[in-house]
Amino acid sequence: MKILVPIAQVPDTTAKISFTDNNTKFNATGVQFIINPYDEWYALVRALELKEAGLAEKVSVIHVGLADADATIRKALALGADDSFRIDTDPADAYVVAQQLAQFIKNNPYELILMGKETISYNSGVAAGILAGLLDYPYIANASKLDINGNTAVAHQDIEGGYQVVECALPVVISANKGMAEQRIPNMKGIMAARTKPLQVIPAYPVNITTKYEQFELAPGRSACKFIDPNNVEELVHLLHTEAKVI
Amino acid sequence: MSVLVFADASNNGKVKKASFEATYFASQIAQQTGGKCVVLSLKADDDSKQKLAHAGAQKIINITNDIPAISDVSVAAKILLKYTQTEGIKDVVLPNDIQGKAVASYLAGLLNTGIAPAVTSLVSINGSTYVFKRNVFSGKAYAQISISSDKKVITLLPNSLQIQWNTQNIAEIKDITENDNYTPRVIVKSVEKTTTGGNIPLPEAEIVVSGGRGLKGPENWGIIEDLAKALGAATACSRPVADAHWRPHHEHVGQTGIAIRPNLYIAIGISGAIQHLAGVSGSKTIVVINTDKEAPFFKAADYGIVGDAFEVVPKLTEAIKKFKASQQ
Ligand SMILES: Cc1cc2nc3c(=O)[nH]c(=O)nc-3n(C[C@H](O)[C@H](O)[C@H](O)COP(=O)(O)OP(=O)(O)OC[C@H]3O[C@@H](n4cnc5c(N)ncnc54)[C@H](O)[C@@H]3O)c2cc1C
Repeated sequence: MKILVPIAQVPDTTAKISFTDNNTKFNATGVQFIINPYDEWYALVRALELKEAGLAEKVSVIHVGLADADATIRKALALGADDSFRIDTDPADAYVVAQQLAQFIKNNPYELILMGKETISYNSGVAAGILAGLLDYPYIANASKLDINGNTAVAHQDIEGGYQVVECALPVVISANKGMAEQRIPNMKGIMAARTKPLQVIPAYPVNITTKYEQFELAPGRSACKFIDPNNVEELVHLLHTEAKVI
Repeated sequence: MSVLVFADASNNGKVKKASFEATYFASQIAQQTGGKCVVLSLKADDDSKQKLAHAGAQKIINITNDIPAISDVSVAAKILLKYTQTEGIKDVVLPNDIQGKAVASYLAGLLNTGIAPAVTSLVSINGSTYVFKRNVFSGKAYAQISISSDKKVITLLPNSLQIQWNTQNIAEIKDITENDNYTPRVIVKSVEKTTTGGNIPLPEAEIVVSGGRGLKGPENWGIIEDLAKALGAATACSRPVADAHWRPHHEHVGQTGIAIRPNLYIAIGISGAIQHLAGVSGSKTIVVINTDKEAPFFKAADYGIVGDAFEVVPKLTEAIKKFKASQQ
């Protein structure tokens, strides 16, 4: 079995968010980029664990994006992925990414496509589902545990208030939630090895582009906090009722 | 053009709040595009069907039989696809909850069309270009996103709008049985519930009581649950609390957990790290209870109490109970 892990690149969680070009573009100046945590900590690490357990022959990572992401892809290789691909185009939205991935997978079949449940930048959480729909593969969303049993994926799928144990024959698209694996730190050997692992750049496939970010605006800050005496919690209840009107 | 909403009530016949919101939102789109708001519901009871009409549905197609295969997202999406064809639908609206997001995205793939995910409001409709507002960068910014595909799939973030109920509205209701044979590929073997508190799904909850590492251990969560119960709230937690398995991980809110925007968020023993704030800053009102007056969370709060949770929270619970009793 071969596993494909699509990875997104996102601003570091502590990055200062700002916009340029009249608030129509994210300002990447001085921003540190990382692999989207859901893709890295859960999807990629679990894929590597499955390979280490002898359940997968190969783990490939793929990124839809421009050359500035190559360092991010190398990090995935340093963590242990065998090879990597970059589809050379702007990842304008989840639909664009999914269409590119679907074309790639039609030409290069993988039995398991394992990706994070959402990016922490655009928070769409739909790329995996669109991809599964385009390929008409079965889709397990929000898996917090994943095992492979012969030709079958066995997963815990998170639902409201709990999880369900599900099974599905391969091939399948799975989106990874917290809990599937634990974050790893690349070691020196991995970082050295990553330098010579394959990173193949693939020209973009023709796709539909249907959405556009027209305008950004920063969320407004809150006005100053009103402090209430810990011995007068009734005051808080009163304010929540009469001023905030939330109870 | 007509707009289709999917409302799954197969659990107990009750349509969820997030689906009423989606219906109301779809009715606004339908109004502006001169179409109809059609709801495809699954096992909705009479009360829910009436409420769907009051939320704006003009036609309700209610599937009355069990379709076990529908727990497979791809089956749910295929059933929806069928009704988009038979009802002449251009736009589909689903709530952006766990199930809605999965079904909507799969449907967008089947239709090979664009999707506007997790929108919070409609900005404008101009021909076949719709502009929506949505949160990006984990609540640190808002964006206007335009979508111009011929067919559109839209998911609405729960708790984003106030439904204007119209009790005069009457819908055409069709109870049907869905007899097509669907075989699930993803098979559910068992369902495990891990919620200990009430039954309010976190993303839909209007009030959320949340605990952090300041509570010292899972054995101390009684005070959080008591307060949540008094308020009719859902419970949540910070990431290290879920990481340490003090609480189930689906309670983890923040940038790498779930993002919520309740009317009231009460943070107890949580420092207010940037990644935590990212998931809760959309809340309308934030109350912070923390022993450390320098805790960064106070900068993001509307009301703060500097004090020990173990003393303050039980007192607050009592005060809430008294207030609730006085309201009756
Ligand atoms: C990439 C990345 C992603 C992350 N994602 C998330 C995320 O999604 N969600 C998240 O929550 N965190 C996330 N974190 C972790 C985050 O940085 C913080 O470490 C975490 O939020 C801290 O949790 P806490 O506030 O419960 O604990 P602490 O920071 O330890 O704070 C405990 C607080 O409790 C107070 N306290 C102590 N005793 C009492 C008492 N008796 N009564 C009242 N108050 C008391 C203390 O003053 C302190 O402010 C992420 C970190 C990284 C690097």
